[in-house]
Amino acid sequence: MTDFEPAIIAFVCNWCTYTAADLAGTSRLSYPKNVRLIRVMCTGMVDPQYVIKAFLEGADGVLVSGCHPGDCHYINGNFKARRRIKLLKEILPQFGFEQERLRLTWIGASDGIQFAEIMRELTVQLRTLGPNEAKLRMII
Amino acid sequence: MQITNSASRFTNHVSRITHHVLRIWRKAMAKTAQVEVNDRGLLSSLQEFFRSVLESEGMNAMLVPRHLEQKNVIMPVLISDPEQLEGADPLAPAFPVNGARIVSKLTRKPSGGKIAVVLRPCEIRAFIELVKLKQARTDEILIIGMDCPGAYSNRDYVRFVEEKGEEGVARFCQDLFLGKGTDTERIELSPACQSCEFPIPEAADILIGLLGMDTERHFMVQALTQKGENLFETLGLSEAGEPKERQSAVESFVVERKACRDKMFAETAAGVNTLEKLTAYLSSCVNCYNCRAACPVCFCKECVFVTDVFDHDPSQYLKWAARKGAVKMPTDTLFYHITRLAHMSTACVGCGQCSNACPNDIPVAELFRTVSHRTQEAFDYEAGRSPDEAPPLSVFNENELGEVVGIN
Ligand code: SF4
Ligand code: SF4
Ligand code: FES
Repeated sequence: MTDFEPAIIAFVCNWCTYTAADLAGTSRLSYPKNVRLIRVMCTGMVDPQYVIKAFLEGADGVLVSGCHPGDCHYINGNFKARRRIKLLKEILPQFGFEQERLRLTWIGASDGIQFAEIMRELTVQLRTLGPNEAKLRMII
Repeated sequence: MQITNSASRFTNHVSRITHHVLRIWRKAMAKTAQVEVNDRGLLSSLQEFFRSVLESEGMNAMLVPRHLEQKNVIMPVLISDPEQLEGADPLAPAFPVNGARIVSKLTRKPSGGKIAVVLRPCEIRAFIELVKLKQARTDEILIIGMDCPGAYSNRDYVRFVEEKGEEGVARFCQDLFLGKGTDTERIELSPACQSCEFPIPEAADILIGLLGMDTERHFMVQALTQKGENLFETLGLSEAGEPKERQSAVESFVVERKACRDKMFAETAAGVNTLEKLTAYLSSCVNCYNCRAACPVCFCKECVFVTDVFDHDPSQYLKWAARKGAVKMPTDTLFYHITRLAHMSTACVGCGQCSNACPNDIPVAELFRTVSHRTQEAFDYEAGRSPDEAPPLSVFNENELGEVVGIN
């Protein structure tokens, strides 16, 4: 298990978490290459279907990350996202997905340091949790 | 965060309790009549009652399950000529479609007429979900809800009619409600109905009560809303109380159904609790999407699964095959079902039409009801319970769900 490297799909909003990632990059902060960012305009547009698809394609973890409450550029997209994450955390574990594989965070545009820290921490957690069984097995 | 979170839960609880109290109060105040059963029996008496409704002032049509002339098949029929009510049969254990979709077709825009619709409780609950999702309107309809003992699957209904004939159909309700079950024990109700704890159409305008009644002599008519009361008065029904036996008959019926439901939940949950098991559960699915077409609350005009959003490039299939060694075709079967669960499970009323529609006998309804029970509970919501409770994914509170944020 020691050489297992988790694949993490992160849906990040353009205005906050993506900007934080950019800042981390320009500040030359390093974070694990396990994280693959998908930039979306707002966490409010992350339909549950994209999270489900990511898991069924073998993602070991999925992160949805956007602006802090009150800072969403579309006013309340992050509050809607939070309900959808809650919904998925009720559904996915019923099929054996550990609910720790799905995370929601608020990382503001100026939080480059925090962004890098969270990515590191998430990678460590998922390394410990082990691989998602959907990655290599034939499921339908 | 924790405090505000529980505060919002508390508000939810309060609105639920208020709703419950209102319902009890409404029921206590409800105008109730006991209509005499004529010497041709319950069905004929119900047809007579429907006729009086259809002929009442301002009523243009009635939607009611009826035998088709060409073949002994029961379908919802929209009737404007009272003579056509002959053959109306809301007692037969046939449930070919969830009528909520049909009432949505009739009400999504003003029709210029008034329609009385005769529905089962799960059809009314699905209809309430559609109203909240802005797919239907209540303005021009009057809902007549019938106590529901359950129905057969489409296939079993055909078998039942062949074996028992008209006679058996007529006795079906009586047997089930009076707990005799002699005639019906050889064919079981559809699994969804066996575990349905909602036999009473609580959200109807007019309720027709059969449970706990001596249906050889009377059936009950109860007005549950202002619309219902108006009709009650127009028809000149005379008030009589609810029979004492009814309350306890309903209670023990519900207790039995809940026990059956909980057993089904436990078995289904244990049968799908890993991806391997879920794969086995859905292994004969061919992605025909019939379950979605039959579902009353799956209302999107264009489902994402018929668009090209997930229409993969041919090379993608080869890549999957190469990565995993083998892939089952068509792909995306779990993806389809889990996505449908995410999109509509908070609105699932457990009517069982998805199982009814499946060409491969997959117990879809058990899966959906089991998962939905948990998603609805998570948001303190119950599909079809009240027109006043917003669908949980259409709203939010600013201070809630702190536990899902963060990485610890
Ligand atoms: S998922 Fe099945 S049981 Fe639930 S509302 Fe739709 S058709 Fe009825
Ligand atoms: S109706 Fe049956 S076979 Fe068709 S998509 Fe639904 S579960 Fe699969
Ligand atoms: S714009 Fe960042 S969460 Fe909505």
